Amino acid sequence: MRIIFKTNYMQDIRPWKDRHQLTLYLILPIVVAAAPWWLDDFYLGELTNVLIWAIAGLGLMVLTGHTGQVSLGHAAFLAFGCYANVVLIEAGVPFLIAFPLAGIMTGIAGVTVAIPALRLHGIYLAIFTMALSILMDDIIVLSEPITGGVSGKYIGGVEIFGHLVDRWGTPDQFFWLVLTVAVLVTLGYINLLRTPLGRSFIAARDSEVSAQAMGVDIARTKMISFALSCAVTGWAGALMGLFAGAFNNETFSVLISIQLLMMIVIGGLGSIHGAFLGAIVIGFLPQFLSISKEYVGALFGGNTVAIPGLEFGIFGMILIAFILFEPMGIYGRWLKIRTWFELFPFYRKDMFKRQKSYLKTERLR
Amino acid sequence: MDNAQLLISGLANGCVYGLIALGFVLIYKATEAVNFAQGDFMMLGAFVTIGLTNTEYMGLPFWLALPISLGIMGALGYLLDRLIIRRMFGESQTAVVILTIALGFVIRFVAGLIWGHEPQTLQNPLAGKEVRFGGLVLGMEDVAVIVVTILLTWALYVFFSRTKLGLAMQGASQNQLAAYYMGVPVKRVQGFIWALAGVVAGIAGILFAAKGAVDPTTGLLGIKAFAAAVIGGFGSLPGALAGGLIVGIIEPFASRYIAAGYSQVAPYALLLAVLIFRPNGLFSQVRVKKV
Repeated sequence: MRIIFKTNYMQDIRPWKDRHQLTLYLILPIVVAAAPWWLDDFYLGELTNVLIWAIAGLGLMVLTGHTGQVSLGHAAFLAFGCYANVVLIEAGVPFLIAFPLAGIMTGIAGVTVAIPALRLHGIYLAIFTMALSILMDDIIVLSEPITGGVSGKYIGGVEIFGHLVDRWGTPDQFFWLVLTVAVLVTLGYINLLRTPLGRSFIAARDSEVSAQAMGVDIARTKMISFALSCAVTGWAGALMGLFAGAFNNETFSVLISIQLLMMIVIGGLGSIHGAFLGAIVIGFLPQFLSISKEYVGALFGGNTVAIPGLEFGIFGMILIAFILFEPMGIYGRWLKIRTWFELFPFYRKDMFKRQKSYLKTERLR
Repeated sequence: MDNAQLLISGLANGCVYGLIALGFVLIYKATEAVNFAQGDFMMLGAFVTIGLTNTEYMGLPFWLALPISLGIMGALGYLLDRLIIRRMFGESQTAVVILTIALGFVIRFVAGLIWGHEPQTLQNPLAGKEVRFGGLVLGMEDVAVIVVTILLTWALYVFFSRTKLGLAMQGASQNQLAAYYMGVPVKRVQGFIWALAGVVAGIAGILFAAKGAVDPTTGLLGIKAFAAAVIGGFGSLPGALAGGLIVGIIEPFASRYIAAGYSQVAPYALLLAVLIFRPNGLFSQVRVKKV
């Protein structure tokens, strides 16, 4: 059992709880950064993929997890960031400028979307963004001169200070590039949550009426949340494009949007850890399935059967199980386990009990 | 005459969208939850009927298979509520949305496992028959779709606005606690409405499979039906049908008169426009929020 004894106000505001936690979170990126030395190229690629998904998850987490605006259309912003990045690079802009610019452009696109979307609540927003994601597919096809339409676009490596970074040629350097972006975004996110802006996001999520009463400008808060969320998602999209090497209108389908939302739900809504944990599940599920399929196949006489749609089916079942039994996601479960150990004999079952409320209609208020 | 033909085929398609949208609206009206799996439910209804009727499966007579498959769909809807949705009682709407999306994935996967991924059509007594009406040639299936949809919408509308149970359902969604006080068995009412939505999805599935081929991804049609429900204003049954008809009619006309590539955008563009200018649908029931 550990007791945290607070002696000044900074302890409440600073991003880490105590020295122990700080050490852990300093060691973690160092261990991960050393991955090229303890992982082979295949799993390094997978880890890169997980990190990219985690960045996208962080982007959606700002909007859905912390501001409470459900978006089923973030694949559209992934696509926007991806195409913006590649088009800028093809126009001769160096990567180190094109990449941040791609994110900023996606953020601006996000604000444009947010202006009409601000009037929508809950499921209507989800539907609006979903329609947007479906439309994005057609928009990419229609703006063929810029996007290459159905045949798509290709990108090899990118040059950073005259040095070629390529997913296939130099997987370790590409991994470090992605890791750097992930760490920067995470640090920014942690800091955001400590600012008045971050607090007003959470206030807007928990109760718009009360937040308004406390002087939070709901429209402005949501708009900034959209902008930040889309910018980060745009960066993730740009990295996804570099990682895939080739992409077209179907790469960022509405299914990707749904997968992204499900990912942060599995990881744990409203926590930075959740984005990473969810990304790990998404990233390694296909590998896990193919390995276990081989294993099962070997068990029953050696022939492995390909079952189409298995991945999404299993994924759906995992998600249902999580929503029913652990709505706070993997991170929520971890919190419970940790609290159990920290308070060892005093943990009670109801400690994380959530208040349930009777439903009232949104139609006839 | 050409336009009239387009109109009729659009109407028939629109009725199928309208039927799926009816399922959305039913559940939304009575439980305030949105069932994103309604399209997949329809697909499942189609496959259950195909499994019962088609000669390569069980080969039952069509009119015998019809009530059985509707019964199965109703039971599935009830079980779904009993086993899964009821546990979500008191949780946020968003959680239910995500849950039903996941459910859709699972249904698609299971349907693929059982019936395969090849498109299949329902063998039915209406297939191939035509009705000549002036200069118009109508498929018998199209006529059936339109008639059944209108009857069903009317019946459900009367059910909701006139019967005691229907009013209890409306009450249960408008304010659960108050409904409890008034002696409405909220949970049982919810179970009933999910069963009803299952039956409606079954009807939609049967009509759809009689008109054209279904495969496990047909459920994604639900997204278009979704657009229909939103355009109609989510809380209104006739609105859902109207929304479905609008989407259905726009599609063939758009592909005829707008440049290729732009036409499939039309329903979604309309959806966005409706959401932007009338955020609660064309047939909205929302008034200003009081604190």
